[in-house]
Amino acid sequence: MSVMMEVPTAPGEQYTMPRRSLAELQETAWRLSRQILEMTSTAGSGHPSSSLSAIDLLTGLYFGGILRFDPKEPDWPRRDRFILSKGHAAPALYAVLAEAGYFSAAELSTLRQLGSRLEGHPNRRRLVGVEASTGSLGQGLSMGLGQALAARVDNLDYRVYVMLGDGEIDEGQIWEAAMAASKFQVDNLTAILDYNAYQQTGAVNQVMPALEPLIDKWEAFGWYVFEIDGHRMAAIMDTFHAARRVPQQPQMIIAHTSKGRDLSPFLKNDVNRKHGEVLNQAELAVALGELDDQKMWDNYSATADNLSVADPQGGLHR
Amino acid sequence: MKMAKERGLTAGPATRDAFGEALHELGGINRNIVVVDGDVANSTRTEAFGKAFPERFFNVGIAESNLVSVASGLAAAGKEVLAASFAAFLLCNAYDQIRMGIAFPQLNVKLMGSHSGISIGEDGPSQMAIEDIALAASLPHFTVVVPADGPSTQAATRAMFAHVGPVYLRTGRPKVPVIYNNGFAFEIGKANQVREGTDVTIIACGIMVAAALAAAQSLNARGIQARVLDMHTIKPIDEAAIQRAAQETGAIVTAEEHLLDGGLGSVVARVVAERQPVPMAFVALRDTYAESGKGDELLEKYGLTPAAIVKAVEQVRTRK
Repeated sequence: MSVMMEVPTAPGEQYTMPRRSLAELQETAWRLSRQILEMTSTAGSGHPSSSLSAIDLLTGLYFGGILRFDPKEPDWPRRDRFILSKGHAAPALYAVLAEAGYFSAAELSTLRQLGSRLEGHPNRRRLVGVEASTGSLGQGLSMGLGQALAARVDNLDYRVYVMLGDGEIDEGQIWEAAMAASKFQVDNLTAILDYNAYQQTGAVNQVMPALEPLIDKWEAFGWYVFEIDGHRMAAIMDTFHAARRVPQQPQMIIAHTSKGRDLSPFLKNDVNRKHGEVLNQAELAVALGELDDQKMWDNYSATADNLSVADPQGGLHR
Repeated sequence: MKMAKERGLTAGPATRDAFGEALHELGGINRNIVVVDGDVANSTRTEAFGKAFPERFFNVGIAESNLVSVASGLAAAGKEVLAASFAAFLLCNAYDQIRMGIAFPQLNVKLMGSHSGISIGEDGPSQMAIEDIALAASLPHFTVVVPADGPSTQAATRAMFAHVGPVYLRTGRPKVPVIYNNGFAFEIGKANQVREGTDVTIIACGIMVAAALAAAQSLNARGIQARVLDMHTIKPIDEAAIQRAAQETGAIVTAEEHLLDGGLGSVVARVVAERQPVPMAFVALRDTYAESGKGDELLEKYGLTPAAIVKAVEQVRTRK
C-alpha cells in the first residue's frame, strides 16, 4: 500500500508526494519497461537497451519518495530537478514522466514522430517535466551543477539529480563539472552513473580501458561515492536516502546495470547490446514474455544487500 | 543624436573596461544577475562584479565547456546569467555547449567574449578571436552585438540585460576613441548613423567604426561624402538601414576586425543581394591568422585601417 509522505513546506504550501512500496516500485519498473520496448518498436528507432538499464533507478527516484515534484506545478521553484544527461535514454524518461502524470501514457506511442513532443532526445522547450535539453553527451552534469548553484543563490532547498552514461564520461567536460562541483561543495547535487558496461561501438572496458578505477577517480575529484546494483530496488532506495545525508560533497552513485535489463534479444548482442536498435515484432514478443518472468526481480527486504550502502557518518560506502 | 567631434575623436576606455563597469553597476541594481567566469575575471573585467557580489559570482577555472553549461543550468533555474571568457575560448571551445545549452533551449544567458580581433597584440593568434562573429551569428535565437566604443558598450550591456534571450557581446582589449557622447540612442537591432553622406556607405562594427570615420574624413577632403553606419548589432541586422544605404548611396563597404567570410560583411552582403544589389567591397582579415606584435602594427600589417577603407571605397565606386 502506498504511503503518502508529507514534505515540510513553507507557510501556505500544501504538498504531498507519492511514495510507493518496494513491491509497487518493482511493478512500476516492470510496467515502464514494457512501455519502453513498445514505444521504441513502434517508433522504429530509439535506444531501448540504454533506456532499460536506467529504468529501475528512475522508478525509485520518481516514485519512491525521493524526488520532490508536482506535475501540476512544473515550474514550482522548490521542486527537485532530474536531468537525463544520457539523453538517448529518453524513452525511459518519457515513460516515467507519463507515469508521474505530466502527460498521458497514450502519447508515448508518438515517440519520434513529426510533431510529437517526445523527440528522440529530451527537449525542455517542447515537453513539460524535462529540465534540460540533452543528447550531446557530456553537458548534463554541468547543467545540473548550474541548477544546484542557483538553489544556493536563491536560498532554496531543492536537490538536483543527474544521470550519466558510462560512455558519456569519456567526455572531458564531465570531469570539468566534477572538479567544479567539488570546489563549490555542492551537496545538493547527486549524480547517478548508469554503468551498463557497453557504449556504442563496444564494451566500455574495450573502448576506454582507462575508465577504471572509477570509484577512485570520483573520490579523487572530491565526490562521495556509492556503488550499488542498479536493479535492486531496496539498494536503490537506501542509497538515495543516504546520498541526501552527505554534507559538503556532491554524491556519485555508481549503479551497475544491465544494458537491456537482461532480456535475451539484447544479451545475444555482445558487441554493444543493440545500442540504438529496436526489437522487431518477434524479438519484442520474446522480450515482453521474459519481462513477465522478471516481474518480481528483487526481494522485498528493507535492508540493503552486499553491494549497497549505509550511513555516510559511518564511512562504509561500498 | 550627438556624437564626438569628427575631427580628432577623443580617447576613451577599452570596451572591456566599459563592460566591466556597466556589469558592476547592473549587479547592484538587479539582484538576479549571476556571473560565471573562467579564471580570467581580471581580463574580462567581471572582477569588479565578483568582488562586490561574491555570492553571485562563480569562477569555474579554465574550463569553458563547463562554464557555458553551468550558465545554462543557472538560467534554466531562473537566473539572469553572464558567462565570460576570452571570445576565442568561449566561442570556439564551448560552441557545442552554447548551441545545445543556450541557443537550442533559448535560455537567458549573455555571453561576453573579450580580447576580440587582432588588436590584442603581443599575445598572438591563440588568444585572438577572428571568427567569433561568424560562430555567434550562425546560432538561431541569438542576438549578436559588437559595440564600437566605451559609452555604447555600457549602453549595450544594459540593453543586453533588458533583452530576454541569448546574447553575445564582443569586447576588445585596446583603448578606443569615444564616438558617442551623452544622449545618444542605443537600441539592439538598430544601426546608428554616425555620419551622413550620399556617395557611398561604410558599414562597420567595433573598432572599425572609428577607422571608418577617419576614412570618411579623408574622403571628405576629396569631395567624397561617405555615410558611416555603426552596425553594432550583427544579428538581428538592421536590414532597413542597409537597404536605405544601398538605395541612397549606391555602394557599400563593410569593415570589421574579423575574417572576411561569415561576419558582418557576409550578413550585409546577403541583405544587399536580396533587397537592393549594389557593388560592395569588404575590409576584413583575408583568410589568415595574425601574429605577435603591437596592436596598431598588426592592424596596419593585416589591412584593418582607415587607408584600407579608403581604398575599398575608391574601388567600389568605380563599379557603381
